[in-house]
Amino acid sequence: MRIEPVKPRQRRLRGTAFRVAVLGGVGVVLFAVLFFRLWSLQVVTGDRYLAEANDNRTREIRVPAPRGRVLDRDGNVLVDNRTSMALQLDPLEIPSGAAERRKLLGSIAGVIGRSESWVRKRYRLEVKDNPPGSPITLIRDVGDDIVYYLQEHQADFPEVQINRVFVRRYPKDVRAAHLLGSVGEVTAEDLESPEGAGLQAGDTLGKAGIEQQYDGVLRGEPGLTRVQVDSRGRIKGQLESVTPEPGDSIRLTLDPDVQAAGESALLGIGLPGAFVALDVNDGEVLGMSSNPTFDPDIFTRPLTPRQANDLWDEDLGAPMFNRAIAGAYPVGSTYKPITAVAGLAAGKITPSTVVDDGGKITISDQTFTNAGSQAHGPVDLRRAIEVSSDVYFYSLGAQLNGGEQLQRWSSQFGIGRPTGIDLPGEAEGLLPTPEWRNKLFAAGETDRPWAIGDNVQLAIGQGDLQADPLQMATAYAALGNGGTVYKPRLVLQEEDSAGRVIREFEPEIERQIELDPAAREAIMDGLHAAAQQPDGTSYAVFGGFPVEVAGKTGTAERPPHGDQSWYVVLAPYPDPRVAVAVTVEQGGFGADTAAPVALQVLSAYFDRRAKAVSGGSGNVE
Amino acid sequence: MESSATARGRDEAHLPRDGLLDRVGIRDMDGWMAFSALGLVACSLLTLHEAVGQAAGGAPQEYASRQALYGLVGITAMIAISRIDYSRFRELRVGIYTFLCASILAIFVFGITARGSTQSLELPFFTFQPAELGKLLLVLALAGFVIDGARRGSESQRTIRYLALGFAPTGLVLLQDLGTSLVFGAITIAIMVAAGVRWSHLAAIGAGLAALIAITLVLMPMAGAPVLKQYQQERLTSFLSPSSDIGDAGYQQNQAKIATGSGGTTGRGDQATQSRLGFVPERHTDFIFAVVAERYGFVGAALVLSLFALLFWRALRLMTLSKNFYGTLVAAGIAAAIMFQVFVNVGMNLGIMPITGIPLPLMSYGGSAIIATFMMIGVLQSIHIQSRAGQRGLWIH
Repeated sequence: MRIEPVKPRQRRLRGTAFRVAVLGGVGVVLFAVLFFRLWSLQVVTGDRYLAEANDNRTREIRVPAPRGRVLDRDGNVLVDNRTSMALQLDPLEIPSGAAERRKLLGSIAGVIGRSESWVRKRYRLEVKDNPPGSPITLIRDVGDDIVYYLQEHQADFPEVQINRVFVRRYPKDVRAAHLLGSVGEVTAEDLESPEGAGLQAGDTLGKAGIEQQYDGVLRGEPGLTRVQVDSRGRIKGQLESVTPEPGDSIRLTLDPDVQAAGESALLGIGLPGAFVALDVNDGEVLGMSSNPTFDPDIFTRPLTPRQANDLWDEDLGAPMFNRAIAGAYPVGSTYKPITAVAGLAAGKITPSTVVDDGGKITISDQTFTNAGSQAHGPVDLRRAIEVSSDVYFYSLGAQLNGGEQLQRWSSQFGIGRPTGIDLPGEAEGLLPTPEWRNKLFAAGETDRPWAIGDNVQLAIGQGDLQADPLQMATAYAALGNGGTVYKPRLVLQEEDSAGRVIREFEPEIERQIELDPAAREAIMDGLHAAAQQPDGTSYAVFGGFPVEVAGKTGTAERPPHGDQSWYVVLAPYPDPRVAVAVTVEQGGFGADTAAPVALQVLSAYFDRRAKAVSGGSGNVE
Repeated sequence: MESSATARGRDEAHLPRDGLLDRVGIRDMDGWMAFSALGLVACSLLTLHEAVGQAAGGAPQEYASRQALYGLVGITAMIAISRIDYSRFRELRVGIYTFLCASILAIFVFGITARGSTQSLELPFFTFQPAELGKLLLVLALAGFVIDGARRGSESQRTIRYLALGFAPTGLVLLQDLGTSLVFGAITIAIMVAAGVRWSHLAAIGAGLAALIAITLVLMPMAGAPVLKQYQQERLTSFLSPSSDIGDAGYQQNQAKIATGSGGTTGRGDQATQSRLGFVPERHTDFIFAVVAERYGFVGAALVLSLFALLFWRALRLMTLSKNFYGTLVAAGIAAAIMFQVFVNVGMNLGIMPITGIPLPLMSYGGSAIIATFMMIGVLQSIHIQSRAGQRGLWIH
């Protein structure tokens, strides 16, 4: 008989073996999880993480390209760049919490020595229009001591960067401020617009004037530096870089002497006004200015609300308003040559048609009077222009009513339509037509339909007519050159940063007016007499001018304002090369304020040519 | 006669007299276990030398050379401990347990603070983290109490006693360091499983722990009385929501995950930018696995995991080889401690476990941890040596 001995140790071991198996099983499962996860991360999705790692370590730093310069006709610099050390906040690093941000701005205020409220205000101004992701420039032109301090304490200010930026510089101060325009950081709106292609947050964009019109030329191509950074964003090495391509320069058609003369003459008058000087034979703008003006340098910093307000404040004369291309005024007697062309072409008058100017004329129960009710007696066309007989042109306006001859010719000369100048912000003006007024009347927006009186008023540049100096200069230039309407243009050529000419801008003919040479000659004769015959309206100004000119005064009623003073002149007579139009708000008689400005401009123009002829200056044209 | 002489001669060859190796007991050690431990230390040194040293700042080789020194101390300790019969620790259980609790309490009084938590004691020459050694001490003491009380009380009473003895130091450590207390908990549970505690009791404990976690992480913060410190809470939950905020726990974990993933199959070598440029946080300690994975790829990372698997298997194997039940329980506790740490640390590197500050045994830089781990392996070797000696009828004292 065999007795099986009880083996407690074995039983314990059997129980233990099971428990070991449980612990081992848990271990196997845990290891399996780790292996599977490791395999999944590295082998299956490794490429994705590799891309993430590469993305992690590189930063692309956009290196701004210096914008091209803007030069005048002689190559004098009107706009170029200076470099500036800007204290900027990295948008990715800015704390999202208001309290932390306050603290950061507070500590920056301490470093740059400004008050906290000043820094916070700058921050708000900068953030307002900037698209997300653009660096926030708190202050430009940071001193070396602050730069060094921040470099030494970079760890304390991970959000702060000191970057070299280009800032527009205006060596001639206010010279041609309205034409040059300004640059600014792109806004979210810019980025969405079709023109925003290729732009990024933080880039600079032309916002007005030439800067805006020729932004594509001036902008250049930003460079790109790829750097390796560590986890704190410290740069560890440069990987590759594309050097920035500086923008091309723009050489304007502006004649520096003409421009300076016009600006200082307007400034001397001290009233809001504008002048335009055009080359009659190709449409080049030799000078253009609007008064009052502004210092374009204010746009290199964020505008304070007060500054922004002042620029458009009517009481200050709205300095930003470019009256030369957007001032809509009645033009008064300067309009008469256009009326004359229409009358001659329509056969309503001949140069020898005589009208007895008794100081007033009654047309369909309405009496129209000369300025000051002065009677000029019997006048032909030449005399009517010379003495500026309103009655002559009232009569002609009445005859031209119906058939819209006057409107058609006016439009041909460019009244009531943009000239197409290469400058943003041009106004259309207003050429009143029966259709226009009748439509307004039908819509209940005016008190009466078109009447013959409207045409009578238009004939002397009054009534509803609105035009700006550029339109008047363009119209006179067409008269002067025998009927060619050039598109006025400001740019002579595009040059690269080394000064080589990339592209020359050619004159563009907008329209050809079929101007009867005899009619043109008669009108020019009248304009010449008006300027330089003793009875002429601007003889007092131009009587002693050494160059023969043909010019017309205008004194337009512009209620509730005082009379608008105009002067438009072609010179030299009889084959003019330059047309100058000047207007002065509330300037009174054309001969009193506008004509003297034109005289200054023409003096500058002809002095320069005289000097060029005598060899005084080498590079005039 | 001749045959017996031969047998005798062969026996004599096993006697620990013949050479240095035999004298330190190496011959009777578990060779695979030693191989895996030394292999892991070698991997650690290579990684610290090649990958971490470059960007550590200061003396470039500081981490690797100091880790090598700690490794040597650890190996010496392993050999010394393997020569001791581990069963003696059973007799010292009360003393060990008292020392364990006292050293943890000493932290509250004398501890120095690093990385938001206080875990170290400043001793001459180096700072010491009692909790690292505490893992081994807990295993030795708790296994001793289990054997000692195996016949006292009902099963429920025994379960409660084990639980109380294990969770008392666990709770104390929790106040200092969440990661270590989790390891303590894992040791306690593993020893209870090995000790034969009823499955139903274990299930109840599991349910209780789950409820505790829910209360701690969800209910108490909602009630406005958070139990965990802010940084603990963030670390525990960050793996659920990777973040782009630098300095944030979620960001760090995400960076570690990117590092691991970018290593691909064969690794990026010197192109390993995630670790070299500092995107991987704590790359010499908690996230060293991500550094290995990025630099040496799946091949390298899997090798490290395999070495751990080998170590774990050899430890489990000792549970059945052990000459007594105390050895079985000790092996279970140590195996669990190593397994748990590996899983939580590597899981953290792979983005599937929360950040708990648990180092990777034998790999993470740190003197206390590596020496304590080698001491654990020394105890395991002692179990192995004792079992071999028992089979041959030779007891080494």
